[in-house]
Amino acid sequence: MGPLDVAIDGVAKRFGQRTVLDGVSLSVAAHETVAVIGPSGGGKSTLLRAINGLTTFDAGEIRVGPHVLRPGNGRANAEASHEVRRLVGMVFQDFQLFPHLTALGNLVEAPRRVLGLSRAEARDRAMDLLARVGLADRAGAYPRELSGGQKQRVAIARAMAMQPRGLLCDEITSALDPELKGEVLAVLEALKREGLTLVVVTHEIGFARRAADRIVVLDAGKVIEEGPPDRVLDHPQTERTQRFLSQVLA
Amino acid sequence: MLLGLSSCSRRGPEETPSAAAPLVWAADAEGGAPYIFKDPKDPAVNVGFEVDLAAELEKELGRRIEWKQYAFGSLVAGLERGDFDFAMNGLEVTADRKDKVLFSRTYYLYKLQLVARADETRFRSLDECKALGAKVGTLEDTAAERLLDKLAITKRVYDSQVEPYVDLELGRIDAVLLDLPIAVSYAKPNPKLKFVGEPLASGSYAIGFRKDQQALARQFDAALARLAQQGVLRRIYEKWGIWNDDQAALFAEAQSTDVQLESRARRGSPDPAELPTKGLPGPSETFGRSGGAVGRPHPSAAADVQLESRRHWSWADCLWLLLQGACVTIQLSVLGMLLAIALGLPIALCRLYGPWPVRFAATAYVEFFRGIPVLLLLYFLYYGLPVISKNYGLEDALMLSAFSAAVLGFGLNYAAYEAEIYRAGIGSIPLGQWEAAASLGMSPWLTFRRIILPQALRVILPPMTNDFIALFKDTSLVSVIAVVELTKQYQILAKSSMRYLEIGLATAALYLVMSVPLGYLSRYLERRWGKGLL
Repeated sequence: MGPLDVAIDGVAKRFGQRTVLDGVSLSVAAHETVAVIGPSGGGKSTLLRAINGLTTFDAGEIRVGPHVLRPGNGRANAEASHEVRRLVGMVFQDFQLFPHLTALGNLVEAPRRVLGLSRAEARDRAMDLLARVGLADRAGAYPRELSGGQKQRVAIARAMAMQPRGLLCDEITSALDPELKGEVLAVLEALKREGLTLVVVTHEIGFARRAADRIVVLDAGKVIEEGPPDRVLDHPQTERTQRFLSQVLA
Repeated sequence: MLLGLSSCSRRGPEETPSAAAPLVWAADAEGGAPYIFKDPKDPAVNVGFEVDLAAELEKELGRRIEWKQYAFGSLVAGLERGDFDFAMNGLEVTADRKDKVLFSRTYYLYKLQLVARADETRFRSLDECKALGAKVGTLEDTAAERLLDKLAITKRVYDSQVEPYVDLELGRIDAVLLDLPIAVSYAKPNPKLKFVGEPLASGSYAIGFRKDQQALARQFDAALARLAQQGVLRRIYEKWGIWNDDQAALFAEAQSTDVQLESRARRGSPDPAELPTKGLPGPSETFGRSGGAVGRPHPSAAADVQLESRRHWSWADCLWLLLQGACVTIQLSVLGMLLAIALGLPIALCRLYGPWPVRFAATAYVEFFRGIPVLLLLYFLYYGLPVISKNYGLEDALMLSAFSAAVLGFGLNYAAYEAEIYRAGIGSIPLGQWEAAASLGMSPWLTFRRIILPQALRVILPPMTNDFIALFKDTSLVSVIAVVELTKQYQILAKSSMRYLEIGLATAALYLVMSVPLGYLSRYLERRWGKGLL
């Protein structure tokens, strides 16, 4: 399996009367880190979920590596979604750790059951990952015994346990206290250095400037601006982006 | 309830019936032909030979008689409680009842009749029945039951006189032994059944009073004697097809003695009777109060078989029987609940995730089985299915044993409740958990098994334990299909020994010993499975 790239072409989605994605086209190169920013309700999360097959869409096409997702939720799409999820992991704003399993259990479950790893193999891999996110000593803790930052680091390690080549991060620091955001973002930056393809929906403009290769601004379901961080953040082309940035940076 | 018997009374001028309060007569009209039962043409009206007799007694005594519905098995207890003035309901004169009840003179001499299916060729008597190891049905707490006990014949005990004949016809039992009047009412008109052998081992029906009602009992004795002499009793019995020569002897006796003085002494002292079938128990036991007995001129008078086979009550026997009942209760509840838990999950999954026709069917299942009484379901499974089976040429394909019918009935019924508990429990797990598992490449079924269900179990466990304890107690309903579990065993033991309190406490203790640990087990499992959950 080669490096992972993503190509989104004219994806549209409506919830009833509301248009959430209005013909979004976007490509993410292998090993690239793309930060998606923009006002709330602009369609950032929906776009991310669509890439992972968690949300269906009405028009357009999403290609993830060799796999293509199409509108609707037919059998072919379900199979494609399944393949896509083997390539890209996802981390959620509200962690969604499995509360009945320990940190280690959270990391071992899918590799054991989906990849068919042996208990020892899955465990070794999980312990490695926990060590890398600085939580080797918390392996036996249940999620409710962990802080928010620790939970999110376990969630990232859980996604990494499936050895994906890309990671979708959906506002993963939004539910965290400011002093805990740093530890999570540091993990993410380490993953970028390892060459993982990252699509990060975020409100952390500082992180976007530091870590992202490219910034995409999504508003009202449309890409209104995209480019390198310094150009988009320091010299925004559209009035809507200027207004958004002035609000976020205020 | 007022019978309205007094409308056609012929009272003598010296009588002033309206001055006295009405006498309350207790009898069980549920499936009680020919004694007292609901007129098939008008269920608001009671008919039966005892209803006719009560009407005649009303005239003779010059007192209004009101009827009160009372379960047969509770008549003696009700009499002691003072719930009514007298019990007249085919009440057999037995030694243990005599300790509690003051009996009138005999108004009918009954015998027991063995009934089999019309095509039965294997036996022609109770003895052959025993040799064959055949299963004989009878009514709970009757002379017939005690005779079967004494002869160690395999019995099946019912609490109504209708069901034994139904089961006989269906082939669940091989014969029915019951009082002749019952056989005449329920078996004789049925071409699929036949009488086997001569009637046997007879006894007396008498009216029961409280011990302190000597005067009232004497009035009734006199009235019964007059009715016998006037031929009124014979007319009534002939009308109901239960007249026979035994009764003639009884009435001859009434004419030959001074009933006012002698009836008390004569009442409990029939001559030893010749039993028609060899090998049956002879009247070896002597009657307790035979001092004032007046010899009867006829050989066919009653021998009280119950007196001979009276039970010697002991705590050891009683507890042993209660424990056996408890075993049945446990088997029923555990098997019923396992079925309910196994059935409930797929039903809940159909309701939650199925396409609409499946969802609709699952919802219909839940609404249906939650909406009908489990008692009705038990009746249907046990008595209804075999009929349907036969009508569709399936022979005995749908004929369930009583135990299977009970497990199936409870399983089907409780599956509806468990399905809803599963549904609530599964629905309480956030959608995000499904998505997180999906994003890790887990299939929906794997997600359900490994992620959703373990979390839901903690939510599901307490209400399910609740249901199990409820089912545990609901199993007492199965006595309607003749399964003897703990509560039924209690009723049988309490009625036969009159020790309602002691046996009741022992039974309650058994239920508690079984159900309280369940609560603790549930809380333990909750903690165990709830690790990591709030």
